[in-house]
This record gives sequence, structure tokens and C-alpha cells, in this order.
Amino acid sequence: MQLVDEFRDPAKGRALVEAIRSRLEAIAPARPLQIMEFCGGHTHAIFRYGLNQMLPEAVEWVHGPGCPVCVLPRERVDAAVEMARRPEVIFTSFGDALRVPGSAGSLREAGAEGADVRVVYSPLDALEIARRHPDREVVFFAIGFETTMPATALTVLRAEAEEIPNFSLLCHHITTPAAVRAILDDPDLSLDGIVAPGHVASVVGADTFRFIPTEYRVPTVVSGFEPLDILQSLWMVLGQLEAGKCRLENQYRRVVNEQGSRAGRAAIERVYELAEHSRWRGLGEIDRSGVRLRPNYARFDAERRFGLVSHVAEEEALPCGEVLKGRLKPRQCPHFGGRCRPEAPLGALMVSSEGACAAYFRYTA
Amino acid sequence: MSVDQWQEEKTMCLGVPGKIIAITDTERQLAKVDIGGVRREVNLACVAEEGQSLEACVGQWVLVHVGFALTLISAEEAERTLTLLAELEVDAAG
Repeated sequence: MQLVDEFRDPAKGRALVEAIRSRLEAIAPARPLQIMEFCGGHTHAIFRYGLNQMLPEAVEWVHGPGCPVCVLPRERVDAAVEMARRPEVIFTSFGDALRVPGSAGSLREAGAEGADVRVVYSPLDALEIARRHPDREVVFFAIGFETTMPATALTVLRAEAEEIPNFSLLCHHITTPAAVRAILDDPDLSLDGIVAPGHVASVVGADTFRFIPTEYRVPTVVSGFEPLDILQSLWMVLGQLEAGKCRLENQYRRVVNEQGSRAGRAAIERVYELAEHSRWRGLGEIDRSGVRLRPNYARFDAERRFGLVSHVAEEEALPCGEVLKGRLKPRQCPHFGGRCRPEAPLGALMVSSEGACAAYFRYTA
Repeated sequence: MSVDQWQEEKTMCLGVPGKIIAITDTERQLAKVDIGGVRREVNLACVAEEGQSLEACVGQWVLVHVGFALTLISAEEAERTLTLLAELEVDAAG
């Protein structure tokens, strides 16, 4: 397929691996270089195309917390399950979120017990269900980073324009820059480079990630998601290390510009405001790392509509946070493949196909 | 890309390139987009230029994500990246 297959060309991939090898020889690192790919989409692609196996051992990928399903805290799943169990509610969600374990089971289990839980591909599909079922309350589980925010914001604006009264969001959108900062502030981590999330950048603009090289002195390349994109981004990071430079580069120019999507950002700005704190599974509370609906759109806030009181759930002490920060490899976790498997995940990193543990389980077993 | 792959790739985080085939609903800003042979209705609100007819988008490539075209894809920039990679390939072979 045009604009996809060209970026999967094996001959160009081999040439890039050679070019990476020669840059590694020039750098001659004393220890493996730790390159963090923040985005779950990158994690998925690295395993799917076996990039980790093609590359020399001097490159060590650190799979960051860029999968919204993996960092979804237990209490938000609990709120979703509580809402889904109400008889008047049709609860709609991206499929990825259904198996995330909450205190009293997952959304999928709630569905099996009789709750009306439906998987949708787009928030617009949830809005369509609301149009078709005016006698029911349709709640959409609005999770994800800046890539899904325009979609849910525009869906709210559409619901407003059409005056659809029975549609609301359980909102748990989170933002990438705050999480990157939380990770880079950790004194125990020493990353040599960051492959930054291209689709987030397509919305917020590549410039959003300029703080990483300027404030934290870590070479950063905004990357696409095809195998050649990721290999080229790694080659560009190594180029900076070889030249002793540290800056922001954009490998994904065909999709990402410096300012991002004007209309997408405007929709986000209109519908959401920054929340003081958001909780991340495995990482705890991060200040100003999430958004909530603005007061003007309070009627679309499912928590307000149903008077839900959120409480912080007790989480079993699992080492997922250590894996998210790259201090522990998935296979080093005592639960990996034992108590924690894709069909019965204990921690969220085993849930989504973009989670580091699920990717290790699926592709390296 | 097969339908199976499309099914696999439709998880929340992944965006896929598609080509706008036709405008289907001007008021709701919807278009039919071809994604590797699979056709889907996609919202163009993020890529539509204010004051410009939606028809101007037909034939353009967009990155599709959860039912929305997030951004336009620049074929020229794609070409530029591929040219650079082809030069590396020549170097590696030489």
C-alpha cells in the first residue's frame, strides 16, 4: 500500500541497520545505550517487526509508559465498571480497555455478568449509539493521550451541536510531556536518547518535545511507526551522540510539523482544561498530567451526571512501574508468564498489545 | 494490508494512512477513506481548511485515527525521506 509498504522495505531496513552499526562503532559506548521509545505504538512496532533482534546489543530499548491502557489506574476501571453496571447505561469503550483489571473485575467481566458494555472503534460510534437509543444513557470511556483527545473533544462538540442529551464521557485523558518530565526527573535513569511519539506530535506539534534536549540534554527524534521510521530515528539519535550534539529532530516530516494540528488543538482547548493531578498506574500521581472537561461542558461529564465519588483503590504492589521506567526487563519480573499472562493479566502492561510485557510475551516467548 | 491486519491495527493508539475517496456528508464533515483496500467513513474536522470546500480534500492522504483524519500526509516529505534512505542503501551496498 502506498505510503506504508515503502516504509517496510527490507533492503532499506538492512542498510539502516548497517548505518546504525557503523555509528555505534564510532561512538564505542562503554555500556549499552538506553534509548527510550515512549509510545506504545513504537513498542508494538519494535516487536512486531523484530527490530530489537536485528539491532546490535549496544542498543537497549526502554519501553516507556506511552500506552494509555497500561497506565490506566485501577480506580478509573472501578468507576467504569460501576457505571457500566447501571441498568440505564450503555457503556462504550475502545476494545483495549476492556481487560484492564479493576478492584472488582474488568469491563469485560462486567459485560459477561449482564452489563451492557460495547466496543467501539471511534467516539463517533458511541455518539451514534446514543442517537439510536434515546431512552438509554450512553457513556464513552474517553482515554488516551493527545492523539485521541481531538476525537473525543470533537465528538462532544458534535453532541452539543445536535443537542444529544444522553451522551457523556468518563474522561481519563492524559498528556505526554508531563509524563516524560516525571520520568526524566528520576535521578536513577540515564537515557541516551528518546524516540518521541509521532502521532501525539502530529496533534501538539514537534516543538512540544523541544524541552527534552534543551532542559534535560537528551537527544530526541520525533518518529513515525513503520520499521524504517523507527530505524531511521534511532540512526538520527546516534548521529547526535556521535557528533556530540543534543537537539530535537523530526524524522516523521510527512505527518508532523512544528506546530501540530491547528483544528485539533483548538478542539482540545475548547473542551478540556488541565486537571491539577492525574494518577498513572505504575507511576503514581503526576501533577498537571491530565485534562478534564471545562465547566461549560459539565453536562457531558459522566461522573457528575451519575454523582460518582471517585476513590483511590489499593493496588497490589507490582513492579510494573520499574518496567515502565526501564529499570526492570519484563522477564525479570517474578510474575511474568506465571501469575501474569495475557489471558489473565495481573498488571496492565500485560493487557494491551502495546504493553511492554504483552509484547515480550507474544514475540519473544 | 489485509483486513486481518486492519483489524489488528485498529487498536486505540495506532494511526493508519488512508486516501480520501469521496465526501459523504458535508454537514457532519464525513468522507469515505480507503485504508489499504478497506473503506471507512472518517471525520475530516481536523484537516478541513476553514472556508474551503471539503471536496478539495478528495485525493489527499490522511492519517486516520479512531474515526478521525488527524492530519494530512505530505507525499513530498515521504518522498524526501525515502530518497535519503535510498542513498544510505547505495552506501551500504557500495
